[in-house]
Amino acid sequence: MPSLKALKTRITSVKSTRKITKAMQMVAAAKLRRAQDAAEQARPYTERFNAVMAGLAQAASGSASAPRLLSGTGSDKVHLLVVMTAERGLCGGFNSSIAKIARQHADNLTKTGKTVKILTVGKKGREALKRDWGKAFVGHVDLSAVKRLGYSSAQDIGRDVLARFDAGEFDVATIFYSRFQSVISQIPTAQQIIPASFESSGATALYDYEPSEEAILSDLLPRGVATQIFAALLENAASEQGARMSAMDNATRNAGEMIDRLTIEFNRSRQAKITNELIEIISGAEAL
Amino acid sequence: MADTVQFDLVSPERRLASVQAREVQLPGADGDMTAMADHAPTITTLRPGILRVVHASGTDDYVVFGGFAEIGPTAVSVLAEQALPRSEVTQSVFDGMIAVAKAGSGSVDEVAKTLADMIAVGDQIGLSARA
Repeated sequence: MPSLKALKTRITSVKSTRKITKAMQMVAAAKLRRAQDAAEQARPYTERFNAVMAGLAQAASGSASAPRLLSGTGSDKVHLLVVMTAERGLCGGFNSSIAKIARQHADNLTKTGKTVKILTVGKKGREALKRDWGKAFVGHVDLSAVKRLGYSSAQDIGRDVLARFDAGEFDVATIFYSRFQSVISQIPTAQQIIPASFESSGATALYDYEPSEEAILSDLLPRGVATQIFAALLENAASEQGARMSAMDNATRNAGEMIDRLTIEFNRSRQAKITNELIEIISGAEAL
Repeated sequence: MADTVQFDLVSPERRLASVQAREVQLPGADGDMTAMADHAPTITTLRPGILRVVHASGTDDYVVFGGFAEIGPTAVSVLAEQALPRSEVTQSVFDGMIAVAKAGSGSVDEVAKTLADMIAVGDQIGLSARA
């Protein structure tokens, strides 16, 4: 049985932990709202972009002169996995679930004789994958200095990926991120970005193209990579905050339960001590 | 007959404008063009330049960099990589853009062309490109 003093210190320490988790939860809630807004703002661009690209890609995919970003390099030996995670922990299973599907994907690829290269975005994913896949790392993008996610961050990552593609370092690129569903559910997702695939929305109007269709396509495809990375980054940011919010909510609740339990224990042992003292006094008096 | 088109200007980060416009002047890659109602469906890429929207309550100018425009008979959507209302483009913002363009990837020709376009934009809005 711990002493009264020890119990009291425990209670104080759990109480201050609860304050911290509560504060983190509220900060995450505020950040989540902002992240959702940002994702909302970006949606029209991404949707339009994909719709136009779908039309263009459909027309060009048949021809032999289709850009390599669309048709692929003709082989699928070397895969680049772009694993996007958070820079910070304390957000439940957010980082580990992304790392998990990336690891599974990498395992499957190596089993079928493919080569895997990994580009990590965000410190946490790098740490999670280091032990098993450390040798496959080809680069890392650090976003910890970025205060507000902008399109330029996505462009930088996109440029990095495209430079590697142009240098023939890989054939297929897949991004791993977490799609935001709700505060309690984020879905880790794998999405292939090179060669690009666009969901066609069915019939598209016949357009005049200026300059030529091929020129537009080769101009827009690299931008498509950046656009998809940007959308993924935003989804990831919202998911991270959502995951952190629910993790911190749980932690706050657990701390509350713990405080209740400790308080009961504290009161019991205090009462036991008092009873003990009373018995001692009474039996002392009786002995006289 | 409707003589306006639904004009949308979106950048990856935000939606800048969504109005009923009488005409939209675009800096197309092959030259400027003006889109009005009942324009033939066209997709064009954009060069850095000034985009002017004429609508019922006046005209708005935007500075756009890169991207493309989708023109239809009833709607014009501009998807710009970077777009700002003209009033938000100050000298320091402009200097930053020039610096980004200078560091840009692509062949020397492409960078030179982008820079030339941007300097032309600077002249039009009265900012110097001596970054």
